[in-house]
Amino acid sequence: MYVAVKGGEAAIDNAHRLLADRRRGNREVADLGLDQIMEQLSLAVDRVMSEGALYDRELAALAIKQARGDLIEAIFLARAYRTTLPRFGYTQPVDTGRMQVERRISACFKDLPGGQLLGPTFDYTHRLLDPALAGDAAPETPEVREPDTAPMMRVSDFLGQEGLLEPAPDAADKPVPDDIARNPMSYPMDRDARLQALARGDEGFLLSMGYSTQRGYARSHPFAGEIRIGEVELEIAVPELEFAAPLGRIQVTECQMVNQFQGSAKAPPQFTRGYGLVFGQAERKAMAMALVDRALRATELGEDLTAPAQDEEFVIAHSDNVQATGFVEHLKLPHYVDFQSELNLVRRMRAEAEVRDETRQEAAE
Amino acid sequence: MSITEPDQQSRRDRMAVLARAEGRQLRELWSGLGIDPAFEMVRGPETGLATVRGRISGDGAPFNFGDVTVTRASVRLQDGAIGHAYRLGRDQGAARLCAVIDALSRDAATAATIASQVVEPLRETLAARDRQRQAETAATKVDFFTLVRGED
Repeated sequence: MYVAVKGGEAAIDNAHRLLADRRRGNREVADLGLDQIMEQLSLAVDRVMSEGALYDRELAALAIKQARGDLIEAIFLARAYRTTLPRFGYTQPVDTGRMQVERRISACFKDLPGGQLLGPTFDYTHRLLDPALAGDAAPETPEVREPDTAPMMRVSDFLGQEGLLEPAPDAADKPVPDDIARNPMSYPMDRDARLQALARGDEGFLLSMGYSTQRGYARSHPFAGEIRIGEVELEIAVPELEFAAPLGRIQVTECQMVNQFQGSAKAPPQFTRGYGLVFGQAERKAMAMALVDRALRATELGEDLTAPAQDEEFVIAHSDNVQATGFVEHLKLPHYVDFQSELNLVRRMRAEAEVRDETRQEAAE
Repeated sequence: MSITEPDQQSRRDRMAVLARAEGRQLRELWSGLGIDPAFEMVRGPETGLATVRGRISGDGAPFNFGDVTVTRASVRLQDGAIGHAYRLGRDQGAARLCAVIDALSRDAATAATIASQVVEPLRETLAARDRQRQAETAATKVDFFTLVRGED
């Protein structure tokens, strides 16, 4: 028999009212402005944009404020908002080669054209808490220097020239990529669909998976061929214009991982590659994405499948933190009827076991 | 009537500046112009999503990697000139204004006024920001030097 129960409306209303109060906190402390979040917690904004798969700094800041700084909750809010908007189409693929670079480093070549540009990095900081930041100490204005105007060649371009690096997959082979936002995922996936899933994947999960490959579970001897952060132009082809409409710029982080070589009887050995591309300034995520992308190419490259990071369905199906949190957190919802039936079952099994024990004892006597 | 090649180039170039312009400066420069044409909305302004594409390894086959908010608007002036605008973000007033500017620029004389009093100042602001950022980034360039080797 199915029994519907109702209740808790007043409790839920009051809980949400309490949540709003606790989110605001002490009223004597100034309310947090979205501009403050965008300007001073910009990497949190970037994370919400990347895993929310929605580039809009102000919306991400609002989500962070509403979620009380719980970034997975904020990502959930961003994803939910996304579903309310119409889709205008697909942009032309961004050209990261023409990026307005704010940071660009290579761990492979010291003297690459354009040089090593550190940009605003946490690298080489001593990770000591700075008590001055507890106050309102104004930082020094940044140093400036005449920029080098020469185009910044990708590291992969000059390794590729010598044939030492595998070429990128040819656009002619698959000009229109899959879209997992519109079509359900099915395994095995093409690399383009996998990259779309990884781009929105949970940073912590991808970091762990990438780390596992470094520790020997599907080792691929990675080098950070190049990491670049900066703004790229977006354009979209629309029927009313004879040229692609310029939309403006977004900031992205790109990681080109160069991995151990491969060769066969037919092809000479060459380096293989993993790729990461993420919204905003998100170097750790881009690097982890590139490591996991490379690990998931195991089948394509004829490698033995020995490690979790090579298992496409395992990695992709568990990389989305909105899906993961939905399923884990749904355990909090009432399961009274389910549990009641389990309870009945375990009671019956115990009663049957008791009867069996008694019968056995009687037989022994 | 089809627009000629150089016209297309200058239109695209203007749209690129207008799309990137900060809403407040755009409105200020527009009010400074003192034009207030009658127009009707043909579409929007409406906010939606564009799915951003990248290329595998930077230059390979395309893949979709996330969405971006976009606002678009199309207007018709009383003389029948149509204008379109696309901008990242959700500023519908700015998108409508950009569409009006696009429509007005179909007229060569007005286009010249708009170019000098709206588009060029906006372009200069954007270029100044780029130059400042490039100079700040350049100051973080690593100058390697080789340590003296102890051979003698």
